[in-house]
Amino acid sequence: MTPQTAVAPESLLAAPDQASQREITVEIGSLHAELERRERAGERIRLTVHDFPAYRSSVLRHPTKNLKLVDPETIELLSPAFGQRDVAAVESDLTIQHAGVPLGERMTVRGRLTDSWGRPVANQLIEIWQANSAGRYIHQRDQHPAPLDPNFTGAGRAITNSSGEYAFTTIKPGPYPWKNHVNAWRPAHIHFSVFGSSFTQRLVTQMYFPGDPLFALDPIFNTIWRQKDRESLIGVYDHDLTSAEWATGYRFDIVVDGPDATWFENESE
Amino acid sequence: MAVPARTLRPTPGQTVGPFFAYGVSYDRMHQVVDPYAPGAALLGGTVYDGAGAPVPDAFVEIFGADPDGRVPRERGAFRRDDHTFTGFGRAFTNDDGHYEFFTLEPGAATGRAAFFAAIVYARGLPDKLHTRIYLPDYEAALADDAFLASLSPGERASLIASRTPSGALQHDIRLQGEGETVFLDF
Repeated sequence: MTPQTAVAPESLLAAPDQASQREITVEIGSLHAELERRERAGERIRLTVHDFPAYRSSVLRHPTKNLKLVDPETIELLSPAFGQRDVAAVESDLTIQHAGVPLGERMTVRGRLTDSWGRPVANQLIEIWQANSAGRYIHQRDQHPAPLDPNFTGAGRAITNSSGEYAFTTIKPGPYPWKNHVNAWRPAHIHFSVFGSSFTQRLVTQMYFPGDPLFALDPIFNTIWRQKDRESLIGVYDHDLTSAEWATGYRFDIVVDGPDATWFENESE
Repeated sequence: MAVPARTLRPTPGQTVGPFFAYGVSYDRMHQVVDPYAPGAALLGGTVYDGAGAPVPDAFVEIFGADPDGRVPRERGAFRRDDHTFTGFGRAFTNDDGHYEFFTLEPGAATGRAAFFAAIVYARGLPDKLHTRIYLPDYEAALADDAFLASLSPGERASLIASRTPSGALQHDIRLQGEGETVFLDF
């Protein structure tokens, strides 16, 4: 194979066919129906499917072969170790990284990181990144003509405490347009990158907000093909976490997956 | 002892999207060890898509044992101090789809094949992909490995790095198509 010269990444952002939202919505519906049919026929299907052509940039980037089931070895059953030495406490507050106060709805996100057996994952790293309240990322390749906020970068880190709990203070992100199809908009979301108790449990996901009208239209959200699994990514408004005269509160609990071998690994610690 | 039934449904993964760079970068993230540290090895390669084009907006994470085969338990992968070996690194692909790490080559338990655990993330990849990057130098251990033996020659080759004349480890990752890398489920 002759090596190809890479094209500028920003030119990759627009899908070549530029389908209508109606076409994309129909595609999402038929993909979900097909996955349900395959599951009924006895196939084991992942929570998030890699092959989901309604998300156009996945077409050439998903593996075509089934993942190979393998017994994890020690390096995979343990995780890189993190602690407060890796992350300053102030990094969990995205509203105090600049001289001024960012615009938008101040909010706190709290939650608990556990494994599939409900055991807390303590002293592990959570990274988040997000758009600002206008739906603009600070990333130089985001050319959405919404204002940048000089007082908001949109990246934070936290270490879970001994009960697996974490908390961030931030600004509620806005929805943002992308070029998957004509008039494509992502529901507002915060990206989460999470380390579990084992490297196999590594998770990158997105937290959404209740009642977003864009859920059914969004191919990325719908790469998670079961309704109940999609719902698990929607933060829960919790008035007990809302603080008077200060910030609204959302709860977002995160469960990192097995495998079974990790049960023993973490029992012995 | 039997593993009890799981009580919680796992949180599903999502793509890292196009704008992860400012969210997950940190100082010297691809330098698991200093490039001039004794034993420092260069591990690098290119991430390709199904059309054979380099993927310029992906990142790779590795976690590796130390040269004695011990899994690092030390903190500090996000605050490199140039003497603590944490085994963890993260590298973005550049505009040519190329990633690289400076790290120590992992050792293995007696008779086992040594490898880096690796994870790939990219815009357009709906969820993470786990793989392994085996060292090429222990032919007997590679030949005895039950998992590698279960693969076709092409699949097996997709998991084993090659050694360049200068001694570096070279390992491309193909997300799709001819020579598609073997990705793992546990």
